[in-house]
Amino acid sequence: MAGVLIIGAGHGGVQLAASLRDAGFDGAVSLLSEDPDFPYHKPPLSKSFMAAHDTALQPLRAEVFFEQNRIDLKLGTVVEQIDRSAKVVVCSDGRKIAYDKLVIATGTRARRLSIPGADLPEVFYLRTAQDARAMRAALPSMRRVAVIGGGFIGLEAAAMLSGRGVKVDVIEVAPRLLGRATSDAIAQQVANHLQSIDVTLHLCQTVDAITQKDGNVCGIDLGGNVLAADHVLIGVGALPVDMLARDASLRTENGILVDEFLRTEDADIFAIGDCVAFPQVHLGLRTRLESVQNATDQARALALTLTGSPAPYTALPWFWSDIGKLKVQIAGLSDEADEQIETRDAEGNLKSVYHLKNGHLVTCETLNSGGEHMLSRKMIAEGFTPTREQLASGDVKTLKQSYMAARNR
Amino acid sequence: MTKLVFIEPSGMRREIEVTSGQSVMQAATTAGVAGIDAECGGSCMCATCHCLVVEAPVSLPKMETDEADTLEFTAEEMHDNSRLTCQLAVTEDLGGTVFKVIGR
Repeated sequence: MAGVLIIGAGHGGVQLAASLRDAGFDGAVSLLSEDPDFPYHKPPLSKSFMAAHDTALQPLRAEVFFEQNRIDLKLGTVVEQIDRSAKVVVCSDGRKIAYDKLVIATGTRARRLSIPGADLPEVFYLRTAQDARAMRAALPSMRRVAVIGGGFIGLEAAAMLSGRGVKVDVIEVAPRLLGRATSDAIAQQVANHLQSIDVTLHLCQTVDAITQKDGNVCGIDLGGNVLAADHVLIGVGALPVDMLARDASLRTENGILVDEFLRTEDADIFAIGDCVAFPQVHLGLRTRLESVQNATDQARALALTLTGSPAPYTALPWFWSDIGKLKVQIAGLSDEADEQIETRDAEGNLKSVYHLKNGHLVTCETLNSGGEHMLSRKMIAEGFTPTREQLASGDVKTLKQSYMAARNR
Repeated sequence: MTKLVFIEPSGMRREIEVTSGQSVMQAATTAGVAGIDAECGGSCMCATCHCLVVEAPVSLPKMETDEADTLEFTAEEMHDNSRLTCQLAVTEDLGGTVFKVIGR
């Protein structure tokens, strides 16, 4: 019995192995991980992992969990090829591993910048534990860091560095932070917060080169204007790791194409997490999402499908990012929304933004307002929209009363 | 070392010896306590570390707003003795506390 073979031991792959056992799957479960580290939580890498030089990685599950659940975890194993006709994967050491069902959960890799100086020793990316360790080792010698890219990873790291007393410049090519991941209003409040903790923002700026002196980073060149820097962090997005699927003649298009059951066009090959382009039920179109929630909820749905209770993936997306003292939380996807309602806290700071489409609540973005976020997840998933006045109040008790009243009706 | 007790969703009772300086969630997941997914890694976001405190030799530190709000609006019903264990730090005072794991 060859069982289920999972390529990738990130949040999705590990959750799938766990959920298969939860669902009573009794066959073999193998997890192949290119990453040599024991499977770990990724979000802390840019924050708490940097807090002390010896902070340990936070394991996704304990070692004893893998033993007790008979999950065969093979670390540092690189899969080079999927042989669909023989139903085996071929590893870089020549080993062949058979499967009944194969799941690709290979995630993303950091998009690289190919500007001059990008290969200097003081230039970092932040994706894996190895990346984070390299950056952490350099922290004591950082005085002035240029962060290229105003996305979540870059901004989380910028806040962390600033908190350590490092002078930080963030360079973003767009006129605002966080791309299309948040509304303008949230991006502006994040910008205000970063400026309040002494991070300098450079918007509408392109980095032509990372400049060097004697082989070490000394600055970044913004179209002739050179900004001093002793280290550089590049956070300019991630690309799906979908080569294995492509090489096996499975269709890819910004990710591995799967149906609502997370199945590729090969009935025995599935894919989950950051590396898949799937039909997103709330948007009504195909998309790719990079988040812990997406990976773990897809794993849970797939475990049901693989154990004989086919479950389409329909979970409501949610997301969070801790940028300094600001917790950004997003419930739902706002791409198609046509109306926004903003709420503010007692001090007048932006607290939440509700997004409606055709009068229906589709998204809620919050800043340090966990109750609103959690309640919104329920309201959106269940298709409940409070009145505009109730939303505009931003008062969790009011919203909850309205939600409970509707639910009990 | 502090002794914590967990009753797993299956009913199995697990006693673990843990050190201070980490959250109860971290201590439990490191020991492989079943039913604590801790999906968000301790960011007070997912409530998959929800436990009921069924025995506490001394009263536990009060909840912060974040923890209370997250618990109130999560999928599994909140009880008077509910806690998100990612928001609860291990201290010697916690010795002998018994947690019932909610699971999902």
